[in-house]
Amino acid sequence: MPALGADMESGTVVEWLVAPGDHVKRGDVVAVVETQKGAIEVEIFIEGVVSEIVAPVGTKVPVGAVLAHIGDGADVRAAASPPPPLVLPPKLAPVPSEAVTRPVAAQPAGFKVTPAARRRASELGIDPTTLPGTGIDGSVTLADVEGAALASKVVAVAPEASAPRRPGFDLAEMRKAIAAAMARAKREIPHYYLSHTVDLGVALGWLETLNGTQPVPRRLLPAVLLLKASALALREVPQLNGTYSDGSFYPGDGIHTGWAISLRGGGLVAPAIRDADKCPLPELMAAMRDLVQRARSGGLRSSELSSPTVTVTSLGERGAESVTAIIYPPQVAIIGFGTISTRPWVVGGQVTPRSLVTVSLAADHRVTDGHIGARLLNAIERLLQEPAKL
Amino acid sequence: MTENDVKSLLFEILGDIAPEANPATLAGGADLREKLDLDSMDFMNLVVALHERTGVDIPEADYGELRTLNGAIAYLARTSEGLPHR
Repeated sequence: MPALGADMESGTVVEWLVAPGDHVKRGDVVAVVETQKGAIEVEIFIEGVVSEIVAPVGTKVPVGAVLAHIGDGADVRAAASPPPPLVLPPKLAPVPSEAVTRPVAAQPAGFKVTPAARRRASELGIDPTTLPGTGIDGSVTLADVEGAALASKVVAVAPEASAPRRPGFDLAEMRKAIAAAMARAKREIPHYYLSHTVDLGVALGWLETLNGTQPVPRRLLPAVLLLKASALALREVPQLNGTYSDGSFYPGDGIHTGWAISLRGGGLVAPAIRDADKCPLPELMAAMRDLVQRARSGGLRSSELSSPTVTVTSLGERGAESVTAIIYPPQVAIIGFGTISTRPWVVGGQVTPRSLVTVSLAADHRVTDGHIGARLLNAIERLLQEPAKL
Repeated sequence: MTENDVKSLLFEILGDIAPEANPATLAGGADLREKLDLDSMDFMNLVVALHERTGVDIPEADYGELRTLNGAIAYLARTSEGLPHR
Protein backbone atom coordinates (compact mmCIF):
# COMPACT_ATOMS: atom_id res chain seq x y z
CA MET A 1 0.00 0.00 0.00
CA PRO A 2 1.68 3.19 -1.13
CA ALA A 3 1.69 6.32 1.04
CA LEU A 4 -0.36 8.79 -0.95
CA GLY A 5 0.54 11.84 1.07
CA ALA A 6 2.18 12.58 4.37
CA ASP A 7 -0.67 11.62 6.63
CA MET A 8 -2.22 8.61 5.00
CA GLU A 9 -2.32 5.64 7.38
CA SER A 10 -4.25 3.08 5.39
CA GLY A 11 -6.33 2.51 2.31
CA THR A 12 -9.12 0.11 1.36
CA VAL A 13 -8.83 -2.05 -1.74
CA VAL A 14 -11.93 -1.52 -3.87
CA GLU A 15 -10.88 -3.17 -7.12
CA TRP A 16 -8.18 -5.41 -8.53
CA LEU A 17 -7.42 -4.92 -12.21
CA VAL A 18 -5.03 -7.87 -12.34
CA ALA A 19 -5.27 -11.51 -11.26
CA PRO A 20 -2.66 -14.16 -10.45
CA GLY A 21 -0.85 -15.13 -13.64
CA ASP A 22 -1.19 -11.70 -15.24
CA HIS A 23 1.93 -10.12 -16.60
CA VAL A 24 2.53 -6.57 -15.36
CA LYS A 25 5.02 -3.91 -16.30
CA ARG A 26 6.17 -0.66 -14.79
CA GLY A 27 3.42 1.97 -14.83
CA ASP A 28 0.48 -0.43 -15.13
CA VAL A 29 -2.52 0.36 -12.96
CA VAL A 30 -3.09 -2.80 -10.93
CA ALA A 31 -5.64 -1.81 -8.32
CA VAL A 32 -7.93 0.93 -7.07
CA VAL A 33 -7.81 1.90 -3.41
CA GLU A 34 -10.08 4.18 -1.50
CA THR A 35 -8.30 6.82 0.55
CA GLN A 36 -9.08 10.13 2.18
CA LYS A 37 -8.35 11.67 -1.22
CA GLY A 38 -10.96 9.53 -2.94
CA ALA A 39 -10.43 6.54 -5.18
CA ILE A 40 -6.82 6.32 -6.35
CA GLU A 41 -5.37 4.08 -9.04
CA VAL A 42 -2.33 2.19 -7.78
CA GLU A 43 0.49 1.71 -10.27
CA ILE A 44 3.22 -0.88 -10.15
CA PHE A 45 6.92 -0.12 -10.45
CA ILE A 46 8.37 -3.49 -11.31
CA GLU A 47 7.90 -5.95 -14.11
CA GLY A 48 6.82 -9.54 -13.55
CA VAL A 49 3.91 -11.87 -13.10
CA VAL A 50 1.32 -11.53 -10.35
CA SER A 51 1.81 -14.58 -8.14
CA GLU A 52 -0.62 -13.83 -5.35
CA ILE A 53 -3.19 -11.23 -4.35
CA VAL A 54 -2.67 -10.79 -0.61
CA ALA A 55 -5.29 -8.14 0.10
CA PRO A 56 -8.66 -8.98 -1.43
CA VAL A 57 -11.28 -6.40 -2.33
CA GLY A 58 -12.74 -4.80 0.78
CA THR A 59 -9.59 -5.14 2.90
CA LYS A 60 -8.31 -2.10 4.76
CA VAL A 61 -4.52 -2.19 4.46
CA PRO A 62 -2.00 -0.07 6.40
CA VAL A 63 0.57 1.95 4.44
CA GLY A 64 3.61 -0.20 3.69
CA ALA A 65 1.78 -3.51 3.98
CA VAL A 66 1.78 -6.03 1.12
CA LEU A 67 -1.05 -5.87 -1.41
CA ALA A 68 0.17 -8.59 -3.77
CA HIS A 69 3.26 -10.59 -4.68
CA ILE A 70 4.97 -10.32 -8.04
CA GLY A 71 7.26 -13.09 -9.23
CA ASP A 72 8.83 -14.43 -12.37
CA GLY A 73 5.79 -16.51 -13.29
CA ALA A 74 7.02 -19.82 -11.89
CA ASP A 75 5.19 -19.59 -8.61
CA VAL A 76 1.71 -18.50 -9.60
CA ARG A 77 -0.74 -19.78 -7.06
CA ALA A 78 -3.44 -21.54 -8.94
CA ALA A 79 -6.41 -19.26 -8.91
CA ALA A 80 -9.00 -21.90 -8.13
CA SER A 81 -11.77 -19.37 -8.27
CA PRO A 82 -11.99 -16.31 -10.46
CA PRO A 83 -10.98 -13.06 -8.81
CA PRO A 84 -13.66 -11.73 -6.53
CA PRO A 85 -16.15 -9.52 -8.32
CA LEU A 86 -15.90 -5.84 -7.77
CA VAL A 87 -18.01 -5.14 -4.74
CA LEU A 88 -17.92 -1.60 -3.57
CA PRO A 89 -18.59 -1.28 0.11
CA PRO A 90 -22.08 0.14 0.55
CA LYS A 91 -21.38 3.80 0.91
CA LEU A 92 -23.74 6.25 2.47
CA ALA A 93 -24.00 9.64 0.87
CA PRO A 94 -22.01 12.28 2.69
CA VAL A 95 -23.70 14.32 5.36
CA PRO A 96 -25.09 17.43 3.64
CA SER A 97 -22.47 20.14 3.65
CA GLU A 98 -24.75 22.40 5.61
CA ALA A 99 -24.54 19.98 8.51
CA VAL A 100 -20.80 19.58 8.10
CA THR A 101 -20.05 23.25 8.34
CA ARG A 102 -22.47 24.08 11.10
CA PRO A 103 -20.37 24.96 14.13
CA VAL A 104 -21.05 23.33 17.44
CA ALA A 105 -23.12 25.89 19.27
CA ALA A 106 -22.44 27.08 22.77
CA GLN A 107 -24.19 24.96 25.37
CA PRO A 108 -27.18 26.36 27.18
CA ALA A 109 -26.52 26.45 30.90
CA GLY A 110 -27.18 23.13 32.60
CA PHE A 111 -27.12 21.16 29.39
CA LYS A 112 -24.99 18.03 29.60
CA VAL A 113 -23.02 16.36 26.86
CA THR A 114 -20.46 13.68 27.63
CA PRO A 115 -16.88 14.47 26.48
CA ALA A 116 -16.85 11.54 24.04
CA ALA A 117 -20.17 12.64 22.58
CA ARG A 118 -18.95 16.21 22.27
CA ARG A 119 -15.80 15.11 20.45
CA ARG A 120 -17.66 12.84 18.05
CA ALA A 121 -20.35 15.47 17.43
CA SER A 122 -17.68 18.00 16.55
CA GLU A 123 -16.09 15.50 14.13
CA LEU A 124 -19.44 14.88 12.53
CA GLY A 125 -20.48 18.52 12.51
CA ILE A 126 -23.53 17.87 14.63
CA ASP A 127 -24.78 20.24 17.30
CA PRO A 128 -25.15 17.94 20.35
CA THR A 129 -27.40 20.42 22.14
CA THR A 130 -30.13 19.74 19.60
CA LEU A 131 -30.22 16.04 20.46
CA PRO A 132 -32.41 14.35 23.05
CA GLY A 133 -30.14 12.95 25.77
CA THR A 134 -30.60 9.37 26.91
CA GLY A 135 -27.80 9.30 29.50
CA ILE A 136 -28.42 8.61 33.20
CA ASP A 137 -28.81 12.28 34.04
CA GLY A 138 -30.37 13.20 30.71
CA SER A 139 -26.99 13.99 29.15
CA VAL A 140 -26.29 13.44 25.47
CA THR A 141 -24.13 10.35 25.04
CA LEU A 142 -21.89 9.03 22.31
CA ALA A 143 -24.67 6.65 21.26
CA ASP A 144 -27.08 9.58 20.84
CA VAL A 145 -24.61 11.35 18.57
CA GLU A 146 -23.89 8.24 16.51
CA GLY A 147 -27.63 7.63 16.20
CA ALA A 148 -28.25 11.18 15.01
CA ALA A 149 -25.40 10.91 12.50
CA LEU A 150 -26.85 7.74 11.09
CA ALA A 151 -30.29 9.32 10.85
CA SER A 152 -28.92 12.33 9.00
CA LYS A 153 -27.08 10.05 6.59
CA VAL A 154 -30.21 8.11 5.88
CA VAL A 155 -31.96 11.38 5.11
CA ALA A 156 -29.08 12.34 2.83
CA VAL A 157 -29.61 9.23 0.73
CA ALA A 158 -32.94 10.64 -0.39
CA PRO A 159 -32.94 11.22 -4.16
CA GLU A 160 -32.77 15.00 -4.13
CA ALA A 161 -29.47 14.93 -2.27
CA SER A 162 -27.75 13.30 -5.20
CA ALA A 163 -25.10 15.85 -6.10
CA PRO A 164 -22.90 13.43 -8.01
CA ARG A 165 -19.53 13.26 -6.31
CA ARG A 166 -16.70 11.16 -7.57
CA PRO A 167 -16.60 7.53 -6.49
CA GLY A 168 -15.10 6.83 -3.11
CA PHE A 169 -15.05 10.51 -2.26
CA ASP A 170 -15.95 11.59 1.21
CA LEU A 171 -15.61 15.30 1.86
CA ALA A 172 -15.40 14.88 5.63
CA GLU A 173 -12.54 12.39 5.22
CA MET A 174 -10.71 14.73 2.88
CA ARG A 175 -11.18 17.58 5.36
CA LYS A 176 -9.52 15.42 8.00
CA ALA A 177 -6.60 14.62 5.69
CA ILE A 178 -6.08 18.30 4.91
CA ALA A 179 -6.36 19.18 8.60
CA ALA A 180 -3.75 16.58 9.55
CA ALA A 181 -1.27 17.62 6.87
CA MET A 182 -1.66 21.34 7.48
CA ALA A 183 -1.53 20.99 11.28
CA ARG A 184 1.68 18.99 10.92
CA ALA A 185 3.12 21.66 8.60
CA LYS A 186 2.31 24.46 11.03
CA ARG A 187 3.62 22.43 13.98
CA GLU A 188 6.88 21.20 12.47
CA ILE A 189 7.93 23.49 9.65
CA PRO A 190 9.40 26.91 10.47
CA HIS A 191 8.02 28.69 7.42
CA TYR A 192 9.44 31.90 6.04
CA TYR A 193 7.48 33.92 3.51
CA LEU A 194 8.46 36.18 0.62
CA SER A 195 6.42 37.84 -2.07
CA HIS A 196 7.19 39.71 -5.23
CA THR A 197 5.11 41.58 -7.81
CA VAL A 198 5.74 40.55 -11.41
CA ASP A 199 4.77 42.42 -14.58
CA LEU A 200 2.97 39.99 -16.89
CA GLY A 201 2.36 42.50 -19.69
CA VAL A 202 4.83 40.87 -22.07
CA ALA A 203 3.81 37.32 -21.21
CA LEU A 204 0.07 37.95 -21.62
CA GLY A 205 0.61 39.84 -24.87
CA TRP A 206 2.62 36.93 -26.22
CA LEU A 207 -0.03 34.48 -25.07
CA GLU A 208 -2.83 36.45 -26.71
CA THR A 209 -1.00 36.46 -30.03
CA LEU A 210 -0.29 32.75 -29.77
CA ASN A 211 -3.88 31.88 -28.81
CA GLY A 212 -5.14 33.93 -31.74
CA THR A 213 -3.49 31.43 -34.08
CA GLN A 214 -4.70 28.33 -32.24
CA PRO A 215 -8.02 26.48 -32.39
CA VAL A 216 -10.04 26.64 -29.16
CA PRO A 217 -8.89 23.32 -27.66
CA ARG A 218 -5.19 24.16 -28.10
CA ARG A 219 -5.23 27.56 -26.44
CA LEU A 220 -3.20 28.10 -23.31
CA LEU A 221 -4.21 29.62 -20.00
CA PRO A 222 -1.87 32.06 -18.22
CA ALA A 223 -1.52 29.46 -15.43
CA VAL A 224 0.58 27.26 -17.70
CA LEU A 225 3.15 30.05 -18.08
CA LEU A 226 3.26 30.55 -14.32
CA LEU A 227 3.76 26.83 -13.70
CA LYS A 228 6.45 26.46 -16.34
CA ALA A 229 8.35 29.54 -15.14
CA SER A 230 8.23 28.15 -11.58
CA ALA A 231 9.58 24.78 -12.70
CA LEU A 232 12.42 26.36 -14.69
CA ALA A 233 13.29 28.68 -11.80
CA LEU A 234 13.56 25.66 -9.49
CA ARG A 235 16.28 24.30 -11.78
CA GLU A 236 18.32 27.34 -10.84
CA VAL A 237 17.47 27.06 -7.15
CA PRO A 238 17.34 23.31 -6.49
CA GLN A 239 17.49 23.81 -2.72
CA LEU A 240 13.74 24.48 -2.80
CA ASN A 241 12.85 21.34 -4.75
CA GLY A 242 12.78 18.20 -2.64
CA THR A 243 11.73 16.85 0.72
CA TYR A 244 12.85 17.07 4.34
CA SER A 245 12.87 14.17 6.73
CA ASP A 246 14.87 13.01 9.75
CA GLY A 247 16.86 16.20 9.89
CA SER A 248 18.02 16.13 6.29
CA PHE A 249 17.04 17.64 2.97
CA TYR A 250 16.68 15.23 0.06
CA PRO A 251 16.81 16.95 -3.34
CA GLY A 252 14.08 15.89 -5.77
CA ASP A 253 14.97 13.40 -8.52
CA GLY A 254 13.36 15.80 -10.97
CA ILE A 255 11.08 18.80 -10.77
CA HIS A 256 7.72 17.21 -10.09
CA THR A 257 5.40 20.10 -9.37
CA GLY A 258 2.31 19.41 -7.33
CA TRP A 259 -0.49 21.45 -8.91
CA ALA A 260 -3.07 22.51 -6.34
CA ILE A 261 -6.60 21.78 -7.58
CA SER A 262 -9.66 22.79 -5.62
CA LEU A 263 -12.55 20.38 -5.89
CA ARG A 264 -16.06 21.60 -6.50
CA GLY A 265 -17.94 21.60 -3.23
CA GLY A 266 -14.76 21.67 -1.15
CA GLY A 267 -11.47 19.94 -0.70
CA LEU A 268 -8.10 20.19 -2.36
CA VAL A 269 -5.56 17.89 -3.96
CA ALA A 270 -2.13 18.64 -5.41
CA PRO A 271 -1.11 15.82 -7.73
CA ALA A 272 2.28 15.95 -9.44
CA ILE A 273 3.12 16.88 -12.99
CA ARG A 274 6.39 15.00 -13.41
CA ASP A 275 9.38 16.82 -14.92
CA ALA A 276 7.31 19.95 -15.50
CA ASP A 277 10.51 21.87 -16.35
CA LYS A 278 11.06 19.66 -19.41
CA CYS A 279 7.46 19.76 -20.61
CA PRO A 280 6.65 21.98 -23.63
CA LEU A 281 3.77 24.42 -22.96
CA PRO A 282 1.05 22.63 -25.00
CA GLU A 283 1.82 19.31 -23.27
CA LEU A 284 1.91 21.01 -19.89
CA MET A 285 -1.48 22.60 -20.58
CA ALA A 286 -2.88 19.21 -21.60
CA ALA A 287 -1.43 17.64 -18.45
CA MET A 288 -3.04 20.29 -16.27
CA ARG A 289 -6.44 19.88 -17.90
CA ASP A 290 -6.20 16.13 -17.58
CA LEU A 291 -5.24 16.35 -13.89
CA VAL A 292 -8.07 18.74 -13.08
CA GLN A 293 -10.54 16.49 -14.83
CA ARG A 294 -9.31 13.34 -13.07
CA ALA A 295 -9.00 15.07 -9.70
CA ARG A 296 -12.67 15.99 -9.93
CA SER A 297 -14.01 12.77 -11.39
CA GLY A 298 -11.73 10.28 -9.63
CA GLY A 299 -8.87 8.39 -11.20
CA LEU A 300 -5.75 10.07 -9.87
CA ARG A 301 -2.79 7.68 -9.81
CA SER A 302 -0.68 6.71 -6.84
CA SER A 303 2.52 8.08 -8.38
CA GLU A 304 0.90 11.46 -8.86
CA LEU A 305 0.01 11.79 -5.21
CA SER A 306 3.19 10.43 -3.67
CA SER A 307 5.82 12.11 -5.78
CA PRO A 308 5.54 15.95 -5.77
CA THR A 309 8.83 17.64 -4.92
CA VAL A 310 7.27 21.10 -4.60
CA THR A 311 3.77 22.60 -4.90
CA VAL A 312 2.50 25.45 -7.05
CA THR A 313 -0.86 27.03 -6.35
CA SER A 314 -2.58 29.62 -8.51
CA LEU A 315 -5.70 31.35 -7.27
CA GLY A 316 -7.04 31.92 -10.77
CA GLU A 317 -9.02 34.79 -12.16
CA ARG A 318 -11.59 35.10 -9.40
CA GLY A 319 -9.18 34.61 -6.51
CA ALA A 320 -7.44 37.15 -4.31
CA GLU A 321 -4.44 39.39 -4.81
CA SER A 322 -1.93 37.13 -3.10
CA VAL A 323 -1.65 33.89 -1.15
CA THR A 324 0.46 33.04 1.89
CA ALA A 325 0.51 29.29 1.49
CA ILE A 326 1.30 26.43 3.85
CA ILE A 327 3.94 23.90 2.84
CA TYR A 328 2.71 20.37 2.19
CA PRO A 329 5.03 18.12 4.20
CA PRO A 330 7.55 16.64 3.58
CA GLN A 331 8.09 19.19 0.79
CA VAL A 332 10.13 22.28 1.61
CA ALA A 333 8.47 24.99 -0.48
CA ILE A 334 5.22 26.14 -2.02
CA ILE A 335 4.93 28.82 -4.69
CA GLY A 336 1.69 30.80 -4.85
CA PHE A 337 0.28 33.08 -7.53
CA GLY A 338 -2.47 35.56 -6.79
CA THR A 339 -5.05 36.74 -9.30
CA ILE A 340 -3.65 38.58 -12.31
CA SER A 341 -4.97 42.14 -12.22
CA THR A 342 -4.39 45.47 -13.91
CA ARG A 343 -2.71 47.90 -11.55
CA PRO A 344 -0.50 50.99 -11.84
CA TRP A 345 3.16 50.18 -12.44
CA VAL A 346 6.23 52.18 -13.35
CA VAL A 347 7.68 51.41 -16.76
CA GLY A 348 10.46 53.61 -18.16
CA GLY A 349 9.82 56.32 -15.56
CA GLN A 350 6.09 56.50 -16.33
CA VAL A 351 3.21 55.21 -14.26
CA THR A 352 1.18 53.00 -16.54
CA PRO A 353 -1.53 50.34 -16.17
CA ARG A 354 -0.02 46.82 -16.40
CA SER A 355 -1.17 43.26 -15.78
CA LEU A 356 0.53 42.24 -12.56
CA VAL A 357 0.66 39.13 -10.46
CA THR A 358 1.93 38.73 -6.92
CA VAL A 359 4.00 35.58 -6.57
CA SER A 360 4.74 34.33 -3.09
CA LEU A 361 6.95 31.69 -1.62
CA ALA A 362 6.61 29.84 1.65
CA ALA A 363 9.74 27.84 2.38
CA ASP A 364 11.19 25.69 5.13
CA HIS A 365 13.75 27.60 7.19
CA ARG A 366 15.40 24.34 8.26
CA VAL A 367 16.56 23.96 4.66
CA THR A 368 16.99 27.44 3.18
CA ASP A 369 17.10 31.12 4.09
CA GLY A 370 15.31 34.08 2.61
CA HIS A 371 18.22 34.87 0.33
CA ILE A 372 17.71 31.61 -1.56
CA GLY A 373 13.96 32.17 -1.63
CA ALA A 374 14.39 35.63 -3.14
CA ARG A 375 16.58 34.15 -5.87
CA LEU A 376 13.72 31.86 -6.85
CA LEU A 377 11.18 34.69 -7.06
CA ASN A 378 13.61 36.81 -9.10
CA ALA A 379 14.22 33.91 -11.46
CA ILE A 380 10.45 33.46 -11.96
CA GLU A 381 10.13 37.16 -12.76
CA ARG A 382 12.99 37.04 -15.27
CA LEU A 383 11.67 33.91 -16.98
CA LEU A 384 8.22 35.43 -17.37
CA GLN A 385 9.72 38.35 -19.31
CA GLU A 386 10.76 35.97 -22.09
CA PRO A 387 7.66 33.83 -22.58
CA ALA A 388 8.77 32.46 -25.94
CA LYS A 389 11.59 30.62 -24.16
CA LEU A 390 9.27 28.89 -21.69
CA MET B 1 -29.09 26.99 -34.14
CA THR B 2 -32.13 28.53 -32.56
CA GLU B 3 -31.87 30.23 -29.21
CA ASN B 4 -33.70 27.27 -27.68
CA ASP B 5 -31.21 24.79 -29.17
CA VAL B 6 -28.32 26.83 -27.82
CA LYS B 7 -29.96 27.08 -24.44
CA SER B 8 -30.42 23.35 -24.02
CA LEU B 9 -26.88 22.68 -25.27
CA LEU B 10 -25.52 25.22 -22.82
CA PHE B 11 -27.46 23.65 -19.93
CA GLU B 12 -26.17 20.23 -20.87
CA ILE B 13 -22.52 21.36 -20.94
CA LEU B 14 -22.85 23.36 -17.72
CA GLY B 15 -24.40 20.29 -16.12
CA ASP B 16 -21.22 18.35 -16.88
CA ILE B 17 -18.93 21.07 -15.59
CA ALA B 18 -20.93 21.99 -12.48
CA PRO B 19 -23.04 18.89 -11.77
CA GLU B 20 -24.36 20.18 -8.45
CA ALA B 21 -25.83 23.34 -9.98
CA ASN B 22 -29.11 23.81 -11.77
CA PRO B 23 -28.51 26.26 -14.64
CA ALA B 24 -32.27 26.57 -15.20
CA THR B 25 -32.53 28.61 -11.99
CA LEU B 26 -29.94 31.15 -13.13
CA ALA B 27 -30.92 34.69 -14.03
CA GLY B 28 -30.17 35.38 -17.69
CA GLY B 29 -27.89 38.27 -16.90
CA ALA B 30 -25.99 36.67 -14.02
CA ASP B 31 -22.25 36.02 -14.35
CA LEU B 32 -21.88 32.28 -14.92
CA ARG B 33 -18.40 32.12 -13.41
CA GLU B 34 -19.67 33.80 -10.28
CA LYS B 35 -22.93 31.88 -9.90
CA LEU B 36 -21.58 28.44 -10.84
CA ASP B 37 -18.16 28.97 -9.24
CA LEU B 38 -16.29 28.31 -12.48
CA ASP B 39 -12.53 28.76 -12.45
CA SER B 40 -10.37 29.51 -15.50
CA MET B 41 -10.07 25.83 -16.34
CA ASP B 42 -13.85 25.27 -16.06
CA PHE B 43 -14.51 28.27 -18.28
CA MET B 44 -11.98 26.98 -20.81
CA ASN B 45 -13.72 23.59 -20.79
CA LEU B 46 -17.05 25.37 -21.39
CA VAL B 47 -15.63 27.22 -24.39
CA VAL B 48 -13.99 24.08 -25.77
CA ALA B 49 -17.22 22.10 -25.43
CA LEU B 50 -19.27 24.86 -27.09
CA HIS B 51 -16.75 24.98 -29.92
CA GLU B 52 -16.82 21.23 -30.40
CA ARG B 53 -20.59 21.01 -30.32
CA THR B 54 -21.44 24.05 -32.46
CA GLY B 55 -18.42 24.32 -34.74
CA VAL B 56 -18.11 28.00 -33.90
CA ASP B 57 -14.47 29.05 -33.65
CA ILE B 58 -14.77 31.34 -30.66
CA PRO B 59 -11.92 33.87 -30.62
CA GLU B 60 -10.53 34.77 -27.20
CA ALA B 61 -11.62 38.35 -27.71
CA ASP B 62 -15.25 37.14 -27.69
CA TYR B 63 -15.02 35.20 -24.41
CA GLY B 64 -16.57 38.17 -22.61
CA GLU B 65 -19.84 37.60 -24.47
CA LEU B 66 -20.09 34.10 -22.99
CA ARG B 67 -20.09 35.25 -19.40
CA THR B 68 -23.85 35.29 -18.98
CA LEU B 69 -26.57 32.92 -20.16
CA ASN B 70 -28.23 35.61 -22.27
CA GLY B 71 -24.91 36.70 -23.74
CA ALA B 72 -23.83 33.16 -24.60
CA ILE B 73 -27.21 32.27 -26.12
CA ALA B 74 -27.31 35.38 -28.31
CA TYR B 75 -23.66 34.97 -29.34
CA LEU B 76 -23.93 31.33 -30.34
CA ALA B 77 -27.30 31.68 -32.06
CA ARG B 78 -25.75 34.47 -34.13
CA THR B 79 -22.36 32.86 -34.88
CA SER B 80 -23.59 29.32 -35.55
CA GLU B 81 -25.87 30.53 -38.32
CA GLY B 82 -25.06 28.82 -41.59
CA LEU B 83 -22.74 26.30 -39.95
CA PRO B 84 -23.59 22.63 -40.48
CA HIS B 85 -25.51 21.23 -37.52
CA ARG B 86 -23.43 18.82 -35.44
